[in-house]
Formats: sequence, structure tokens, C-alpha cells
Amino acid sequence: MSTLEFTKEQMVLADPMLPTWFRVQCVRRETHDTFTLDLACQDGGGRFSFAPGQFNMLYVFGVGEVPISISGDPATKEIVVHTIRAVGAVTRAMRNLKRGDQVGVRGPFGSAWPVKEAVGRDIVIVTGGIGLAPLRPAFYHVLAHRNDYNRVVLLYGARTRDDILYRDELKLWRGELDLEVEVTVDSSVGRWRGNVGVVTKFIPRAEFDPGNTTALICGPEVMMRFTIQALVDRGVETRDIHVSMERNMKCAVGFCGHCQYGSKFICKDGPVFRFSEIEDIFGIREL
Amino acid sequence: MNFCNSNHASKVIDRQALDNLFGVLRSQSYTLFGPKVSDQAIVYDEIQATDDLPIGWTDEQDAGSYRLKKRDDQALFGYVVGPHSLKKYLFPPAQRLWQVSRDGEQIKLSPEPEDVVKRAFIAIRSCELHAMAIQAQVFTGGEFVDSTYDSRSRNTFTLAVNCGQAGNTCFCTSMNTGPEVTAGFDLALTEILDGARHEFLVEIGTELGAEVLNAVDFRDAEPEDQQTAKEIVNRATGQMGRSVDTTDIKDLLTRNHGNTRWDEVAERCLSCANCTMVCPTCFCSTVEDVTDLSGDNAERWRRWDSCFTMDFSYIAGGNVRTSTKSRYRQWMTHKLATWHDQFGTSGCVGCGRCITWCPVAIDITEEVAAIRRTDVAGATEPLKRGA
Ligand SMILES: Cc1cc2nc3c(=O)[nH]c(=O)nc-3n(C[C@H](O)[C@H](O)[C@H](O)COP(=O)(O)OP(=O)(O)OC[C@H]3O[C@@H](n4cnc5c(N)ncnc54)[C@H](O)[C@@H]3O)c2cc1C
Ligand code: SF4
Ligand code: SF4
Repeated sequence: MSTLEFTKEQMVLADPMLPTWFRVQCVRRETHDTFTLDLACQDGGGRFSFAPGQFNMLYVFGVGEVPISISGDPATKEIVVHTIRAVGAVTRAMRNLKRGDQVGVRGPFGSAWPVKEAVGRDIVIVTGGIGLAPLRPAFYHVLAHRNDYNRVVLLYGARTRDDILYRDELKLWRGELDLEVEVTVDSSVGRWRGNVGVVTKFIPRAEFDPGNTTALICGPEVMMRFTIQALVDRGVETRDIHVSMERNMKCAVGFCGHCQYGSKFICKDGPVFRFSEIEDIFGIREL
Repeated sequence: MNFCNSNHASKVIDRQALDNLFGVLRSQSYTLFGPKVSDQAIVYDEIQATDDLPIGWTDEQDAGSYRLKKRDDQALFGYVVGPHSLKKYLFPPAQRLWQVSRDGEQIKLSPEPEDVVKRAFIAIRSCELHAMAIQAQVFTGGEFVDSTYDSRSRNTFTLAVNCGQAGNTCFCTSMNTGPEVTAGFDLALTEILDGARHEFLVEIGTELGAEVLNAVDFRDAEPEDQQTAKEIVNRATGQMGRSVDTTDIKDLLTRNHGNTRWDEVAERCLSCANCTMVCPTCFCSTVEDVTDLSGDNAERWRRWDSCFTMDFSYIAGGNVRTSTKSRYRQWMTHKLATWHDQFGTSGCVGCGRCITWCPVAIDITEEVAAIRRTDVAGATEPLKRGA
């Protein structure tokens, strides 16, 4: 398998339930509870293609398997990157992985951010917490094709200063003259002189043309709800808003039933949805 | 007219020939699975001969109750449906997906060997055939194919049976799934039992069916035989214990997320998951990753799961469906509404099992009727759209 490129077609031919083995190249600490895993195909020669927004099922030997978005650059095929928050059994075991350890990978699965559809338009990315990870590939794509897009806005909210992900990159992006990048924290403990408050507060004054904007959102559901309302208040159509949803997931291919969201399977119809397609069910509690 | 044409290939066999037919299947290396009395219920199990069938038994069913009763004849198929469905053979309750072992640097993954058992399913009702088709659509009809389901369903022989009576919880006529067997079978029987006469009208569904039938003694069916068989199925149609008005049902349930009836049913529902276990179409599963003591050998198992369990909807930070109300709503709305969007059919075949086996007698047909009586629109807070 080593020299194969894992296109969707090949994944279907191969048994989608069987993991392929990847080797940990490095484990990078991002924050106190979040880290980034760089994985390479078992014997180094493999290539892995994915579309921004897609995810993999990552298996830690004997411990379990969980869905994790791919957070690296879609132009890089040799290394598969995931940014993971350690919240439970499997993700904690992942934090303890070391260079050379092996991880089972199934994927890539799911729908993608509409980076093609957004060509010629303004792009507004709004994220909260770990939600920046699934959007980073889309942002990389936009940066690599900067001339394809008009204004590019990235709004990011973290809980505290110490929870800010990808700090060095954010600094770099903030320094660019043709990007609007805003970072805010929910509460300012310690030495933080930056923005405080919810990320949605930037939306009324950010520079974008609501009638020609594609908005990409990922974060906790409440944060997404307020963000969508703020965008709609500015005049963005719900068909131009895209969100990434999270639900429990065991198989990622529509067999296990866990990720159902109304008539959708988050794993195969999502995780990225055009908001107008789920608008009717988005507000229903305990759906 | 039509009737005669469609039954052109019908034959008639007696019980000895039916036994011989089982023998023919066994000689072609099929393992036979069919109805059998066990633990005071009629369940599917391995069988050898017609003697193993529930001869002279029938079942009395109602919401929350099931019991076997002796018939005053020697009918082989004089009962309705039991708690088991065929899904246990094609989508086993517990199934190993793969094994993996680690030897220093080497990791070796062993997929499960392809299932090559030839299974003959005996005495399969029309609702069951429809349920199998519905599950096949889930596991093999989409972008991804479940290899285990696929291999298990490939080498099957189906000997169907038309229902001669319907149960008190049956509503297949409402769901257009029976009681007459119309498709998806190799051979289909109608049991004709009248005084001393005990014969079976056999319809041939496939070439394989014809081949198997050819190996036993039969006679061509006369128009009277076909007429009798037709009347037998009509009798079942006339006995349907329950019914559902399916008009507009997808939209009805979709717009009734906020109906207070869900609170009402949640007061009674124990969230025990019985309904999902007995349902022939429910397909949800979970996985379990296990290791041996050395930690170097691991396995992944897939097990039936249910949307009624607490951690079914768990995501880091909490369960999505904490209330019984939301789980019952999820289950019923999925069966009758969202299933249409996902797979193009209803997820319910009207077999009535969920009604019979619910410990507190909750009745899906009654719940639909109640929602219809109290039809309310809208439960979501719509986005505010300013001027
Ligand atoms: C499409 C998608 C993309 C995601 N992307 C990321 C990402 O980029 N980074 C990140 O940190 N997290 C991501 N998550 C969330 C991540 O999958 C969960 O945090 C993770 O499953 C928690 O597992 P655990 O065993 O460490 O936690 P625990 O809380 O201990 O979970 C216990 C058990 O619950 C189950 N479980 C918990 N949450 C989920 C879930 N969402 N799906 C399936 N099973 C679950 C697991 O089987 C686990 O063994 C994503 C989730 C989805 C659905
Ligand atoms: S929902 Fe109930 S009646 Fe319908 S197929 Fe399932 S068990 Fe049978
Ligand atoms: S409806 Fe009945 S069988 Fe289903 S979970 Fe509730 S109590 Fe159990």
C-alpha cells in the first residue's frame, strides 16, 4: 500500500472498516490539553490526499478509535496532521504517543469546506476553541490561492490566553496586510492585553460584503448559533454559511447509526453542512 | 386473469415433499434456519426437518404480551412472528471485525475471513423479506459496503411462507409489506390445511428455487389450488390487528418535534431498548476494542446498540439525548420519517414486534395516531430575520 495515494475511490474498494498503519513523526504540545500529531504512512513512501474539512478515524492500539479532523495543509501529502484535545480515554492515550509509535487510520471521511465554490468571494472564518483545527486546512488553501478570493477574515475565540491554538501561525497571519485576523478570549486571566469577549462581537464590524461572502464556522454549538445569527443580521444568506457538526461516531461510514442528526448522517452527509440544509433542525434540543 | 398468469409456475407439494426439499437444500450444503419452539416462544434456530417446525402451535400477541397456544390442527406455519428476526444471521448481535497483533515493530492486522456459510432461511414472512431488503440497503446500497453483511447475504436461499393469519399487533397492510409474499424469495409456500388435506402451494421466484423444487415430487397447481391459496392470504389481510394511517407521515413527524405527546409517551417508556432489539430493521451498533493480558493482541468487536441507551449520543462534554422523550422521538421519527430521506423507504415493515415485546405495551401505531390527533407545527426557534 505504501506508494498508493488514498483517494476516496480506493478507500471504497478497500474495506472501509480496516485501519491502515501510520507512524507518529512528532507530537507537538499546543496548549496544556491540546497537542498536534504528525503521522506518516508506515514505511515513509505513502501519500495521503484529503479535502479541507474531512476527518479520519484514529485508532490507538487496544484502547479505541475516535474521529479527528485533519488539521494540516491539504497540499502536503506526506504527513497527515491532527490537532487533538485530550478529553478522555482515547485522546489521552494519544497524548502519550511517541515518535515511531503506530496509529491505525481510516479515512479520509466526510464532506469538505466549499473552497472552490467560494472562489471570487469574501471568506469569513469564525471558530471557537478546538474548532480552529478543522478549519486550518481551509485557511491554508485560501492562503495558497490568495488571488482567488477577495477579502479574507479569520475570527477566533479561545477560552483563555493559554488556550490559544497555533499561536505562532496566528501571529504570522495577523501580520499579513491582506488578511483580517482577530483573536479574542472569553476571560482574561493573567497577562493578556488583547480582546476579551465572545468572538461574535467582531462580526458587525468586520470588513466583508455580506452579499458576496462564504462563511465557514466551527466551534461549540452555542457559539455557532450566535455566529450564524450575527452573520444573518449582517445580511449573509444561510446558503452561504457552512458549519461543521460533531456527534458520537463509531464507524464513519453510515453503518453504526450514532451520528444521526435528523435525516443526516454527520459522517457521510457532513461533518460540513451548508447551513440552509440543516436550518430547520439546528435549534431542536436533544435531536 | 393476471392472477393465473402470475401463478403460472405454481406447483403443489405435500409434507413429505417439503421434508425432501429440506433434504435437497442440506445436500447442497445449506444450513437450514427456521422457526422452532424454544423457551415458550417461536424463534429462529437451526433446523433439520419439518418435525423441528412449531407443528400445531400458534402465538397470541397483544401490546406487551406474547404466548404460545396449541392449535387444534397440525399446521406447520400456523403462527405469526416471534421475537427473532433474520437480522441476527446477516448482522450478528456480536461480531469480531478484525484482530491485530504487535510483535515489536511489526503490526499484523487480520481481517475476519469471508463468511462462506450457505444459509437457507425457512418459513420467512413477507414483512421479514421487506425488512431484509431494507437492511441490505443500509449495509450494501450506499457509497460504502459492509463486507461482512455483503458476504453473509450472498449465499442464501429463501423459502418464504404466505401468512394464513395475522396477529393482533400486525399492520403490514398499512406499510405495504404483506401479508402476501411478492418478491425476494426463491420459493414461496402457502399452507393449505383442510381436514385431511395438507398441502403446500409453491410459487417459484428464481431459477435456483425451480432447481431445488425439481428435485422433489410435485404436481402442477390447478386453478382451484390457486384460488384456495389466495383466500388464505386474504384471510390474513382481513385479520390485521392494527393499522397506521401513513398519509404524509414523513412531514407529520418532521413537523411535530415539539408535540407534547413525546412527553406523555416518555412517562411510560422505560428506555429499555427492547423495541430496537426485536425490530428487524434496526441497525445501530457500537464497537468494543479489547486486548489480551499481554497488551499485544487486540480485537475489535461490533455489537448491536440502541438509540435508547444513555451513552449512545455521548460526545465529550455530555450526552446529546439525555431525556427518554428525545430517545423515543429519535427512534420513532427515524423509523417512520427520516428513514425515507436516508434510504428511500420506510424503516418500519409493520411486523408489530416492538408492540408485542414492549414491557409497558407502548404501541407505535397508537403513538402515530396520537401525534396525528394533536398535530402541531414547529419546535425550533427560527433565525430572526431583520428588515
Ligand atoms: C467529525 C468529528 C471531528 C472531530 N475532530 C476533532 C479534532 O480535530 N480534534 C479533537 O480534539 N476532537 C475532535 N473531535 C472530537 C473527538 O472525536 C472526541 O473528543 C473524542 O472522540 C473523545 O474520545 P475520548 O475517548 O478521548 O473521550 P471520552 O470522553 O473518554 O469518550 C469516551 C468514549 O466515548 C466515545 N466518544 C466521545 N466522544 C465521541 C465522539 N465525538 N464520537 C465518537 N465517540 C465519542 C468514545 O468511544 C470514547 O471511547 C471530532 C469529532 C467528530 C465527530
Ligand atoms: S418499528 Fe416495530 S412494527 Fe415496525 S418493523 Fe420495527 S419492530 Fe416491526
Ligand atoms: S418503547 Fe417500550 S420497548 Fe421501547 S424502550 Fe420504551 S419501554 Fe422499552
